Amino acid sequence: MTNRSLRKTVRLTSSYVLLSLAALFCIYPALWVLLSSFRPGDMLFSETLLPTSFTLLHYKQLFENYPFAEWYINTFKIAMISTAISTVLVMMTGYVFSMFRFTGRKNLMSMLLALGLFPGFMSMIAVYILLNQMNLLNTHAAVIIVSAAAAPLFFLFSKSYFDTIPRSLVEAARIDGAGHLNTFFRMILPLSKPLLVYVVLMNFTGPFTDFIFARLVLRTPEKKTLAVGLYDIVTDRTKLQFTMFAAGCVLIAVPITALFLLLQRYLVAGLTSGAEKG
Amino acid sequence: MEKQQSIIEFQRPFLSGRRTSAVLSILVMGAGQLNNRQYGKGIALMLLHFTGLYAVIAKLPHAVWALVTLGEKPTRLEKVGKLYQQVMGDHSIYLLVEGLIMIFLMFLLLAVYVQNIRDAYHCARLREEGVPLHTFRQTLHFLLDYRFPQIAIAIPVLGVVFFTVMPIVFMILLAFTDFTRSHMPPAQLINWHGLETFRDIFRLRVWSETFYGVTLWTLIWAVASTLTCFGAGFIIALAVQQKDIRFKKFWRTIFILPYAIPLFVSTLILRNVFNGQFGPVNDYLELMGFGRVPWLSDPEWAKLTLVLVNMLLGFPVIMLMIIGVLSTIPGDMYEAADIDGADGLQKLRLITFPTVMYTMMPILIMQFVANINNFNVIYLLTGGNPVNGNYQFAGHTDILITWLYKLSMEQGQYNFASVIGIFIFVLLSGFAIWSIRRTKSFKEERL
Repeated sequence: MTNRSLRKTVRLTSSYVLLSLAALFCIYPALWVLLSSFRPGDMLFSETLLPTSFTLLHYKQLFENYPFAEWYINTFKIAMISTAISTVLVMMTGYVFSMFRFTGRKNLMSMLLALGLFPGFMSMIAVYILLNQMNLLNTHAAVIIVSAAAAPLFFLFSKSYFDTIPRSLVEAARIDGAGHLNTFFRMILPLSKPLLVYVVLMNFTGPFTDFIFARLVLRTPEKKTLAVGLYDIVTDRTKLQFTMFAAGCVLIAVPITALFLLLQRYLVAGLTSGAEKG
Repeated sequence: MEKQQSIIEFQRPFLSGRRTSAVLSILVMGAGQLNNRQYGKGIALMLLHFTGLYAVIAKLPHAVWALVTLGEKPTRLEKVGKLYQQVMGDHSIYLLVEGLIMIFLMFLLLAVYVQNIRDAYHCARLREEGVPLHTFRQTLHFLLDYRFPQIAIAIPVLGVVFFTVMPIVFMILLAFTDFTRSHMPPAQLINWHGLETFRDIFRLRVWSETFYGVTLWTLIWAVASTLTCFGAGFIIALAVQQKDIRFKKFWRTIFILPYAIPLFVSTLILRNVFNGQFGPVNDYLELMGFGRVPWLSDPEWAKLTLVLVNMLLGFPVIMLMIIGVLSTIPGDMYEAADIDGADGLQKLRLITFPTVMYTMMPILIMQFVANINNFNVIYLLTGGNPVNGNYQFAGHTDILITWLYKLSMEQGQYNFASVIGIFIFVLLSGFAIWSIRRTKSFKEERL
């Protein structure tokens, strides 16, 4: 074996070992929670990695002891509506900042960026009172409005993306008589599919993961979302039912994970093209 | 010619002079526009004028009173007939928010008012010069066509103003009050007390010690978590993108997994995985003959665990981005390097690394800024614990943002929390704006 091919073998082997090790760390938590959710009993503790017997009881309990089905529906409802609104707002804001020049544009951009960095829950008390004034406490509309209102703060990514679209295209459309909105919906959006997928995905996962604000607003059990419900289950000190929590985790993670894997192609494209422009 | 004359005659304002139109608009919004014979615009503005006037007379004094005094009557027991009854007093916090909303609306009105005067003046001048003015419909078309960016941006900006800016102003104001759990409306009124809270944080030992300690850990945490995520993402990306590595797609899919599972779920899972008593990690360590490690209960181990977990959850995004950058590096650069006899390490150091850094730098800075505020991982994994006896309401692993959360949501120390919030805001926004203004995407400006 020549020196060269030996070095190649070493390099490849160590690469595969590294990748497998990293993969193990990535898969393990997911696998562990999946297996735990099928394990009989309440505790996560077990002598063996593979449970000796499987049960679906914890899944059943979730739906019987908690309004889990309702939480599911609530979460999807909130996620879909707020995603629709947020996506339009984010795309529109990015588009305007990218394609148009107007007075105060840079200052406005800096302001929005700085505001986006502000810790959201610092202002939660004020938002809470505002919602109270509008009679929106314990409603899904409150969660939707607040998340949609904050969405434009994260326009930078979409702006970077739109910057790559030649402006001559837009100008051509304008000359052909297309209105601004027409240009945006008919031409720009189809051209930015990876970005669109990325933005939709990010906004969609929001309601699945946000529990701090949602917990403040959504009070009664039948109004809760999955994240709020599950968080309350796991922090309920009176009964620690880890296996049931694991089952809940699986049920939350499955739709999002599936969506991610399904849209992986676009996700990579969206992320990278946004990154290139920095 | 005669016809032309009559049209101009017809279009002439009732009272001539651009000043007159402007003055009319100062007196009553829209009056100047009516004088210019722009009826649609004039009537719309006039309606707004009277609604606004009503609001100013009916609501503004109350709002100013509310903001200045924060309420005068505390909740108290009062004798009604023979019984004592609880009588609700002024609710300082509600008064503060209502006052703020009113002030914000007034600013909005003022902006319209100023525009209205300028418009009346401008249109009257056009009239004098004989330029036919837009009809109402034309005005609308003009707005949609040439003021599209302003109109399109107005909706999101209004939302941001009311749900982000207003609450932030509210929060900043709280820093100057004595709003704490022991001073809580509606039972008590809260009062303005100037810079006292700021002074307390820097002067009182319990507070300043916590403040400096937590700030230091926040910065260490932000640097460590950014670097580990970047390092891991870079190494994995390099490994996957090697020409002769097989199943590239398979590997990428696996590495996306931690990113795809909702962060809040995976963090809670990992909290259990690293649990000192019944977590599987310690079980395996024990099986292999090592001792149990206090992953989350020892201050130093807890910090290490946090960085580790954050790396695990954060590197996939970075990896994806770096893969994207790697694919843009032209292959002939490497071929040229090969001909020059460069080895792998040299190619990495001289070609790959600089190219990746060039595009990733702004993202790294943003990541650093975001990590200063990385609430979720810390709150869900350790909750700031283990407890630190020397700290005021904070644990060993609390960063500024989780300390702030504890101060406001758990301890009800709203004014102290607000001061921390202002501090974080100043720290972050200065840094972020400085760095963003330097990125390509901000500088580009093709015209």
